[in-house]
Amino acid sequence: MSKIWLIAQREYLTRVRKKSFIIMSLLGPLITAAIFAVPVIIATMSDSGKVVAVADAGGLFTDKLPEAKDDISFTRVSADLPTAKAAFKKAKYDALLYVPKLDMANPNGFQVFSRKGLGMSLQRDIEQTVENAVEAQRLKKAGIDQALLNTMKADVDLQTISLSDDGERSSSTGVSTGVAYVCGFLIYMFIFIYGIQIMRGVMEEKTNRIVEVVISSVKPFELMMGKVLGIAGVGFTQLALWIVLSFGIMSAVTGSISPEKIAQKRVEQVNAAAGSTATVQAKETRKEGNEIIQALKSADINVALVAACFLFYFLGGYLFYGALFGAIGSAVDSETDTQQFMMPVTMPLVLTFVVSQAVLTTNPNGQVAVWMSMIPFTSPIAMMMRLPFGGVPMWQLAVSMLLLIAGFLGTIWLAGRIYRVGILMYGKKVTYGELSKWLFYKG
Amino acid sequence: MPFCAVKPILQVQDVRKQYANHTALDGVSLEVPEGSIFGLLGPNGAGKTSLIRIITQITGPDGGQILFRGEPLNPSHIGQIGYLPEERGLYKKMKVGEQLLYLAQLKGLSKADATTKIKKWLERFDIKTWADKNVEDLSKGMQQKVQFIATVLHDPALLILDEPFSGFDPINANLLKDEILRLRSEGTSIIFSTHRMESVEEMCDHIALINRSQKVLDGRVSDVRNAYRSQIYEVEGRGHLMITHPDFEELEQSKRENEHFRVLVKLHAGAKPNDLLRYLIGAGQVEVQAFREQIPSINEIFIRRVRETHPDYVPETDSLPA
Repeated sequence: MSKIWLIAQREYLTRVRKKSFIIMSLLGPLITAAIFAVPVIIATMSDSGKVVAVADAGGLFTDKLPEAKDDISFTRVSADLPTAKAAFKKAKYDALLYVPKLDMANPNGFQVFSRKGLGMSLQRDIEQTVENAVEAQRLKKAGIDQALLNTMKADVDLQTISLSDDGERSSSTGVSTGVAYVCGFLIYMFIFIYGIQIMRGVMEEKTNRIVEVVISSVKPFELMMGKVLGIAGVGFTQLALWIVLSFGIMSAVTGSISPEKIAQKRVEQVNAAAGSTATVQAKETRKEGNEIIQALKSADINVALVAACFLFYFLGGYLFYGALFGAIGSAVDSETDTQQFMMPVTMPLVLTFVVSQAVLTTNPNGQVAVWMSMIPFTSPIAMMMRLPFGGVPMWQLAVSMLLLIAGFLGTIWLAGRIYRVGILMYGKKVTYGELSKWLFYKG
Repeated sequence: MPFCAVKPILQVQDVRKQYANHTALDGVSLEVPEGSIFGLLGPNGAGKTSLIRIITQITGPDGGQILFRGEPLNPSHIGQIGYLPEERGLYKKMKVGEQLLYLAQLKGLSKADATTKIKKWLERFDIKTWADKNVEDLSKGMQQKVQFIATVLHDPALLILDEPFSGFDPINANLLKDEILRLRSEGTSIIFSTHRMESVEEMCDHIALINRSQKVLDGRVSDVRNAYRSQIYEVEGRGHLMITHPDFEELEQSKRENEHFRVLVKLHAGAKPNDLLRYLIGAGQVEVQAFREQIPSINEIFIRRVRETHPDYVPETDSLPA
């Protein structure tokens, strides 16, 4: 046991001290932060101040030009198309919208000129504007007031409440789905990254030819377990660093790019350019931000249970697969030979993740989801994707955990049998038949 | 060299090992006397490494048993055995000092104990400055020294060296030889395993020859040599030599150049070397300048012994002396 500890210590320290580990630890949260921050930043920067010139020969915008929206502003130019084109060429407009003489029943012949082709969103926005204007004209003709119409529009949000034995609990499917994906993805990623590290570590010892020196001092099983546990430690350290740093960076980021500040920035930008209704938008952005916080608060997720189970399945899944990755590493001489053995091992993992949307998050208590959360090959991810939705009976959780424990004891035993033969086997292409024989070799 | 009966440090008794499709060891028995250098010799694939892996408890035997100082071999003996495998290496990205500490601790040494021993050995090899270097920054020869230190750091009572000189450059090979002899003089028992028999025969006190999973011969080197005396004598001198006596057979490898000759003569029918000398002098035609017995090398003995049991045996080319 003390030797396993020694080996785990070495595996842990050599990895944690590596530059790649430090870089990954710092980069992980930055990437997380980027995922949150980039859309916000892009939203504040892109499409800023597109100006569309309107040559209104049809008189569609006689009363007033359309209001600026999404950073697109409109300006009037000569209604005569050739003159407008000339003006368009001289001035720095992004697009020229030509409105021909119109038949209101069948409006046609709108043209948009641009220098480099329009972006999808700009084209859509102009189309929308024209459609709105035509609709408004028609409504006016039919004698319907726009304001009256607006009061008739309805906007309904459903509040979802899960009805269970424990009574009514309001839940938020959106937030549950988010938590499910984050948990599932973290476990998936962790098993892959660190499972492959185990495999590489075993192969390194084998190709370095140090393995025989080491196993004349310790049992192959101790060497394997030390490696598996040491690398698990590395994974937990990385996870902890990510969580701590992510929170740090996120709070720093949200401090500087809070919705209020973004809104303010936008107001300044837009005011400088066209000056219009940006304040309304700013308010909306703020409302959105509040909604997310509200949802997180109102979502009834048993945080303690989910967190505890996450740690369990995180470790259990890693042990289950890690040992198998170690066995693969022992059986081959080079990375290219690993492919044939990697496939069947990683298949259930990939499969779980692929079907997660169709099966797990949409129907978290359906039959397939229940079965997948029981079988140790898929349970670490499947159960973690069910749990945030609630309604997993305690007995199912207990069975799933017991099966996973039995599962990883089984794979570790299996891997140990393959490992002790494999690490001393050089220059031999190993087949499945060969591997199955190794299981029954005597000491 | 002690002649009294020495207690064996290791007794291998009728050990068998079977792999999926071949027998690696087929009832091998041998004894390694305490404080001696024991040569485990045989061509590649004879079963030497299989036997060593059983002694180092990397694998277990399918049959038979092994006694270490009279006790059945068990994990408590691991700390008393040092093993330099044929397939050897070090962690490339680890510092020399850390690596030695790690390997010594795996052998059961305490951290403090290991640290003082590492210091002692680094000083002995005059490589103290390497302790903080990464292994990958060392030359091959330097790595070999570190490797050897890792093997002997825990003061093993039994040192097992599998093809110790393969991969060692001549300077390090000599250093290694000196260290091995020094360790023996301090009481360490050493097992040498090699297929290059000529490289160790001058160092070994005892040998065992293994061929095709079986032991074919063992004993003290001097006894083995005596048992396999060739009865061939080399004679050098001047004059026109003609051997016609039926007891003396001149072998083909003889050389004659003008007046000089160097011939190999085999004695038949119980003839003694003195008889040959008398015959040479009695003929009066020649002047004998040198007369010595052709001592068979262990390699030649091995080939002869194997031919006795397997007449069709063709030695592997790399088991022949260069």
